[in-house]
Amino acid sequence: MQEELFTSGRHIPNIDPSLQIWHWPIALYLFLGGLAAGILFFAALFYILGKEKEYPSAVKIATTIPPIALSLGLLALVYDLTHPLYTWQLYTTFRIESPMSWGAWVLLIVTPLSFLWTFSFYRESFSNIESKLNLFKRLKFLNTFEKFVITNRKYIAYALIPLSIILGVYTGILLSAFNARPLWNNAILGPLFLTSGLSTGAATIILLSKSIKERHLFGKIDLGLIIIELALIIHMIMGYYAGSQVQLEAMELLVGGEFTLMFFGFVVLLGLLVPALLELIELTGYKVPVIVPAIMVIIGGLIFRFIMIEAGQLTRYLY
Amino acid sequence: MVIDTLKCVGCSDCVVACQTENDVPHGYCRDWITESVSGSYPNVELELKSERCNHCDNAPCVRCCPTGASHIVEGGVVLVTANECIGCGACIESCPYDARYQHPDGYVDKCTFCHHRLVKGQLPACVSVCPTKCMYFGDLDNPNSEVSQLLKNRKYKTLAPEAGTNPHVFYLI
Repeated sequence: MQEELFTSGRHIPNIDPSLQIWHWPIALYLFLGGLAAGILFFAALFYILGKEKEYPSAVKIATTIPPIALSLGLLALVYDLTHPLYTWQLYTTFRIESPMSWGAWVLLIVTPLSFLWTFSFYRESFSNIESKLNLFKRLKFLNTFEKFVITNRKYIAYALIPLSIILGVYTGILLSAFNARPLWNNAILGPLFLTSGLSTGAATIILLSKSIKERHLFGKIDLGLIIIELALIIHMIMGYYAGSQVQLEAMELLVGGEFTLMFFGFVVLLGLLVPALLELIELTGYKVPVIVPAIMVIIGGLIFRFIMIEAGQLTRYLY
Repeated sequence: MVIDTLKCVGCSDCVVACQTENDVPHGYCRDWITESVSGSYPNVELELKSERCNHCDNAPCVRCCPTGASHIVEGGVVLVTANECIGCGACIESCPYDARYQHPDGYVDKCTFCHHRLVKGQLPACVSVCPTKCMYFGDLDNPNSEVSQLLKNRKYKTLAPEAGTNPHVFYLI
């Protein structure tokens, strides 16, 4: 039996600075970043495959989400910084060992590319809005710029595939690089967050799609991704089981601890198993409103990020 | 730095000296005292020790810092450059010793081993005020220094060695 207490300086109620320094903006950003990465990946992939006519939601409609999601996510990130006026220091250096540095640079490239992508489809997909705004008639240079972007769209798509995967993985690797937080410190978090991001991306495409064929295809893709995600979650928990004392303690938060209901109830059951079942039922021919599983997947992904951020900061080595 | 847990009485002089020397804002601290009791009655043991940044060889805070504000200077001291720090908190999340905190001015702050005193040839403030002389500071690369001799002749431990950080604060037991 060992009891440890601070006799000076720390953990004194109302005085000790809280070590739980990451709050909702980080969780929100990780969700939005994953979502944007998922949508951009599918958009670029189906564009390269030449399926933009068959799957318009994936390539043209849903891609209006990433620029908004990334902008909101970046705002949330800057809001969470305590020294935000020095944000530019991120771009004075590239630190290959720091995932956050990777993320900062990838975001610097992906965010403008996502704006360009949406812009290049703006006149085609949103002609009713354009006919009211008449932007292209008022600002002549937009025409030449649009022509330039459209001719280079193939290259943007080729760039977006690896970049969106890096963005999706980075949201997980960011956490797993912190060796002081045993819940985060496992290698599976990168692929897990990528899969979750792709899955929420596919769900958003389903939500915005009008064609049954497209919904079915992305229903199948989403189903596959959910199965992979469940497998990765099992791997993660097995990793904790086989881990050291600190990892066992971290796992207890998710299995039997205060986050059990949130994790198994809202993420695993309502965010993965039930939507997978509904999508399966729909694929076999029964009528299920697709909006239900899609929204469940998206909310499940959001709750998952919040749980990982909150629970991760409760796990530590000492004290 | 070497700290003799058998001599420490937990008076907190080191904490107050650090707060005064380094102008640590009210309510924060760069070093602190822990008191750990182990065993069960009647075989009970009490250990007192002063803790701070371990100035690790393999410092996770330096690895995770996206701007390079956290860095290791010559001699092995881990420092933070305030006007390169964006306050993202990556280093706080990566430190197994929870030695860092966000300064009210925004940047991240922690023990510097009183680097400004070291360059003048003085000892860190905490070491210089310790009334029981339980703290020792010196060059571990020099086999004849006091700290090297202590580690050669006494049993010692480091905190959370399983974190793989190779810490540079040693506790004599």
